Amino acid sequence: MYNFNFEPVLAGFDKLLLGAWVTVQLSCAAMLIGLIVSILCAAGKTSRVAPLRWVIDAYIEIIRNTPFLVQIFFIFFGLPALGIRLSPNSAALVALVVNFGAYGTEIIRAGIESIQKGQVEAGTALGLSKLQIFRYIIMKPALRTVYPALTSQFIYLMLTSSVVSAISADDLAAAGNDLQSATFASFEVYIVITAMYLIMSIGFSAIFSMIERAAFRYPLSR
Amino acid sequence: MLIRPFGINEFWIIVMAAQWTIALSAIAFAGGGVGGLLIALARVSDAKLPRLLATGFIRVFQGTPLLMQLFLVFFGMNILGFAINPWIAAAVALTLHASAFLGEIWRGCIEAIPPGQREAATALGLRYVNRMRYIILPQASRIAVAPTVGFLVQLIKGTSLAAIIGFTELTRQGQIINNATFSPFMVFGTVAAVYFVLCWPLSLLARRMEVKFSRSTTR
Repeated sequence: MYNFNFEPVLAGFDKLLLGAWVTVQLSCAAMLIGLIVSILCAAGKTSRVAPLRWVIDAYIEIIRNTPFLVQIFFIFFGLPALGIRLSPNSAALVALVVNFGAYGTEIIRAGIESIQKGQVEAGTALGLSKLQIFRYIIMKPALRTVYPALTSQFIYLMLTSSVVSAISADDLAAAGNDLQSATFASFEVYIVITAMYLIMSIGFSAIFSMIERAAFRYPLSR
Repeated sequence: MLIRPFGINEFWIIVMAAQWTIALSAIAFAGGGVGGLLIALARVSDAKLPRLLATGFIRVFQGTPLLMQLFLVFFGMNILGFAINPWIAAAVALTLHASAFLGEIWRGCIEAIPPGQREAATALGLRYVNRMRYIILPQASRIAVAPTVGFLVQLIKGTSLAAIIGFTELTRQGQIINNATFSPFMVFGTVAAVYFVLCWPLSLLARRMEVKFSRSTTR
């Protein structure tokens, strides 16, 4: 019979908490920057310049059809060949932004498509500028429509971010790897870390639905 | 130190490693298909206990990273007294993972069938098994095809994490070749291209079926 020993995990728990904090920071930063990338790409996809649309389409298809682990290996090990050298943490952030951007673009695009054409025409008739139309008439209601999809994509991003431990960034999973190799209490370390990820995803879901209730109180038109 | 250049040989070694990625995906998909059906049925069951268990199972597997699930199965096998074997650990972990996701997808498909279908079947005297087998599941499976193919893409990409616990599939073979050739740009470019060739047709198929289906159901 195996004897579980959680003492070494408790002794190193402060390091795990630090790792969890890095995971939260990394995910939030990747989400915010990735959202900007998504909005720009989604706007670019409505452009009349065909090559721009092709480039964005290629970006989305390549990212969505290759594993995140390979993307991060390519960015961390492959890009130095082009003279771009990144630290593990910045490579992790870049990879997460690039990855989230591709999924985010599709989500935002779906939101933009849900806006009726008459709304935009009404905006033009009221003399709003192109930027004002994009911001107030298209983006604001579109973001509200896709809010649930975006938040579940964020949770998925946070879970995916555990993969950055493969290039030894400083996230929760990497903190776990360090503790595991120092204590050999492998199963105990990973069960605690898995529980921490679970708590984080449940916590973020709760926060997101609180934000939803507070921010989107006015009724959704159909 | 022997550094060999990245040539046609290395290229083929990487391409051939895709067979392990395909094998692992096929096993996880088959196992996940069986597990997913059980989870989906438990999730829509009338009894409370199976519904609670299935909900918990889905929550845990959708709320934790696949990488951690792999680690837990990998080290957990040791605790249960089995020899550590990356191949079996990866197959078991990915099967459980696929069961949870397919279970949740298929639950949605089953619940999308109008309740009148079930009531009519009950009124005709069909018991649970026959009702599911002849009335509910055949209709639900039509809705399920597109998202299921979509999940298969996610599963194929997920098998790459087996490389971290040391199973030599496509990504791990790439790492090994990279250690020998030091041309990460070529190596991981090739690895990514092979995944793309595997996944892209499935993504296109899923999208086409989705469009076709939504056209056939909107009037």
